[in-house]
Amino acid sequence: MNSREITTQISKAADFLNLKKWDYGASFSNDYSVQVDKGEAKQLKASQKQILTIRVWNQSNLVGITTTSDISESGIKKALKQANIASDFGNKNESTEFSPLAKDPIKVKEVKKRNPVGIKKLLTVLREAEVKLLESHESIKSVPYNGLSESFFERVYANSEGAFRSYSKSQAALYLYARAEEKNKKPRSSGSVKLGYGADDLDIESCIKEASNKTISHLNYSSIKTDKYLICLSPESFLTIINAFSSMFNARSIIDGVSLSNKNSIGEKLSTEALNIYDDGLHEKNISSTPFDGEGTPTKRLCLINRGRIENFIHSESTARIFKTTPTGHAGLGSKVSVSPDWIVVEKSDENFDLKTLLVHSTYEGEFVYIEELNAIHAGVRASQGSFSLPFDGWLYKNGKKISIESATVAGDIKYLLKNIVNIESSQEVTTSGISPHIWVDELSITGDA
Amino acid sequence: MLSSQIKSNEIVFGSCNKDLLEEIIFYGIGLGADFVEIFIENTDNSSVLAEEDFITSVSPSFGRGAGIRIFKGKKDGFVSTNDLTKHGLMRSVSQAIEMLDITDNKRKVFNGLSKHRDYSLSKKKWINEVPSIHEISEKLLVSTKSLKKNNKIITRKGSYSRNLQEVIIASSDGTYVSDIRLHQTVGLNVIASDAQYRSSGSRRFGSSGMPNEFRLWDHEKAANDVFESSMNMLYADYVDAGQMPVVLANKFGGVIFHEACGHLLETTQIERGTTPFENKLNEKIAHESVTAIDEGISEGSFGSLSVDDEGMEPEKSVLIKDGILKKFISDRAGELRTGHKRTGSGRRQNYSFAAASRMRNTYIAKGEHSKEDLINSISEGLYCKSMGGGSVGATGQFNFAVEEGYLIKNGKLTNPVKGATLIGEAKEVMPKISMCGNDLELAPGFCGSISGSVNVTVGQPHIKVDSITVGGR
Repeated sequence: MNSREITTQISKAADFLNLKKWDYGASFSNDYSVQVDKGEAKQLKASQKQILTIRVWNQSNLVGITTTSDISESGIKKALKQANIASDFGNKNESTEFSPLAKDPIKVKEVKKRNPVGIKKLLTVLREAEVKLLESHESIKSVPYNGLSESFFERVYANSEGAFRSYSKSQAALYLYARAEEKNKKPRSSGSVKLGYGADDLDIESCIKEASNKTISHLNYSSIKTDKYLICLSPESFLTIINAFSSMFNARSIIDGVSLSNKNSIGEKLSTEALNIYDDGLHEKNISSTPFDGEGTPTKRLCLINRGRIENFIHSESTARIFKTTPTGHAGLGSKVSVSPDWIVVEKSDENFDLKTLLVHSTYEGEFVYIEELNAIHAGVRASQGSFSLPFDGWLYKNGKKISIESATVAGDIKYLLKNIVNIESSQEVTTSGISPHIWVDELSITGDA
Repeated sequence: MLSSQIKSNEIVFGSCNKDLLEEIIFYGIGLGADFVEIFIENTDNSSVLAEEDFITSVSPSFGRGAGIRIFKGKKDGFVSTNDLTKHGLMRSVSQAIEMLDITDNKRKVFNGLSKHRDYSLSKKKWINEVPSIHEISEKLLVSTKSLKKNNKIITRKGSYSRNLQEVIIASSDGTYVSDIRLHQTVGLNVIASDAQYRSSGSRRFGSSGMPNEFRLWDHEKAANDVFESSMNMLYADYVDAGQMPVVLANKFGGVIFHEACGHLLETTQIERGTTPFENKLNEKIAHESVTAIDEGISEGSFGSLSVDDEGMEPEKSVLIKDGILKKFISDRAGELRTGHKRTGSGRRQNYSFAAASRMRNTYIAKGEHSKEDLINSISEGLYCKSMGGGSVGATGQFNFAVEEGYLIKNGKLTNPVKGATLIGEAKEVMPKISMCGNDLELAPGFCGSISGSVNVTVGQPHIKVDSITVGGR
């Protein structure tokens, strides 16, 4: 069945079951991926997946939901029946409705859907990439984590009031994670990830170069003394932190009491006036963009922090209604509708007079710690308390030299971090989770072994 | 419709699918595969969330799918699909064969499937024995109400999930197995707040194959435990960073072994060349006080299973005996690629993942000391009463968060401290586990890795690590 036929099938089955109000979200995907090990194919994968999530409203306007991978006529009927049963337990404390924007026009970026290149070509490309990476430096002994994949998928949202949205796209990903070994030293690892609309769009050479350069740059390492340091966060690591604490901008988290913000936090000063943060799922550099969310609300650019102050929260239909505003396109379809950011854009505002602009990671000659990548976010972030303690990959810059830091953690508090931003570099870099310049923070605690 | 007609065209759970499965495997072998494995799954899951005094989410789900794995030499092709018809499964076999670019004419022999090993016979009634949504909801609401012990508790949550998975596994070595797996988990979470102070507390409980277990769950005890933990931590200071001796509590304290060492004993790590223990079999890798076990047979434990996802019954594997490395955790691909015999540890989240060597119930065996012996032996250090999650990197470096910690001074527990992270490397930390308590207990968890998220238990008695890096402020 295609998406129109599924909608018709659901409509018919709902009529049969006397269910007047329903909506659904579905995704259909075909994925292909390869992994290699020293020139040999290791695992080649293909998958065909379909997921359907149906919500129904009962006569008391309570919502029930069911998710299934069985999109047959009988599967759809069963899902509707189960959802109807679940609606008896619907949340009486907080109602859910269709998004008022579910029929609004959506902005679809220029269609960049590619055709599959096929497993054989993926394998050839990855084999060549592995060889080049291994040959790039004598200390790189293996590429233990590697993969090249391409995915083709369609997302659909429809409801019983006639809303229907469908979007199909393609995406490819390459990751190379190298391991370097030298005598009497610990092995060191680092890597790179690249995304593209199709396998032919991937910047393979720069992925190889990045993985190699990063790995080699960690070969000479040393422990760091436990202390407070001036920190330069790479674009990737700053975005990791912002995403980890995005509950500060999340209306769902605020209602649930797990956010550092509250309903009255709009306008609260969080950081230097030089900081602007947006959520911009439709950004031209966002390969993973989708034009509507799980409730069918159009995706849009939204300012979260304007000149250091909270400007907006991200919303679903129900949180927007509670906050007396409009949905922002950040909902995930579920029994309890989730809210999450799309793609974070960090930039320097025009109110940047208090920044220490001499702090530029490529030229600054004083002592600082450069944090390239933060690890183990799920273990080291306490979003509801605002604290973090995270292992990281990075370097200590001292006396004009840089040395890789062995086995260290950075710890702090998100509000402290934002308030202590001392520079926002001018040029932004695109990452897989957003776009940001390098961000400098004064006085964060680093724990090391030295 | 006649059952024979159904059998010939589509997989039907609860029926004999032998002819169809054999036909598909013959097809793969005929096309030149060395080995063909079919994993078919039918799931019926539900989850319930209670927040404060309301049920805020009830999420049933069901689905089905198949994962087809073809080996040629040491490489494998894996295809997953929701199409369980004969046509769909054969198309998946063809796709896997095509991916592997099999062209040679050397054919393996397939002698048909062996006698059906049906582990599901006594388990078919489980679906009718598990608690209803209504029963679950009522108990969760009582549980969240029990958490409302003072006005500093600002968020109360109770969650339950039940996963019922019916599987059929057939492969060209004759394996033909059916099973039903039941996993239930229930968790409580609170956030406490007072002025600028905030803390959280959480506990999770879980079982496998015990439909009545949720009814027996002592929610009062769990609520008291979570409440006390959050209150103890509410005004805690941040821990000072540094190197120090630590005592790790039993139950979920076992995450240190899981992360620091267990993952490095999976054959997938040997395949990648990312374990420092690859050539250390029968060598000392840990303190002589350490004996470590991975098994899938403890009745009701979250990581237990009747048969693994490759059709092998799980064994009890002594990984480390008195500090000496004795065994790796292995699956079919691990045996093929590394030579380590399978241990009944081939596991996957669902049909869309190929099985890989994964831990089950993994724990450090009990020693002879009391908890007090361990604490009394430290003049200044950290007691980690409750652990958060953790991870291990490509070079063996691990980290995990301490949810509830207390300073140890002169052999006594003193102030609560927060914000601690333990970091280190397995190779360096394992020899430093110098004392093991006599109070082994297991705790359920979810482990994410190459073949998805699988149910496991971690466990240990109280243990003392002589020195470890504690990240803090």
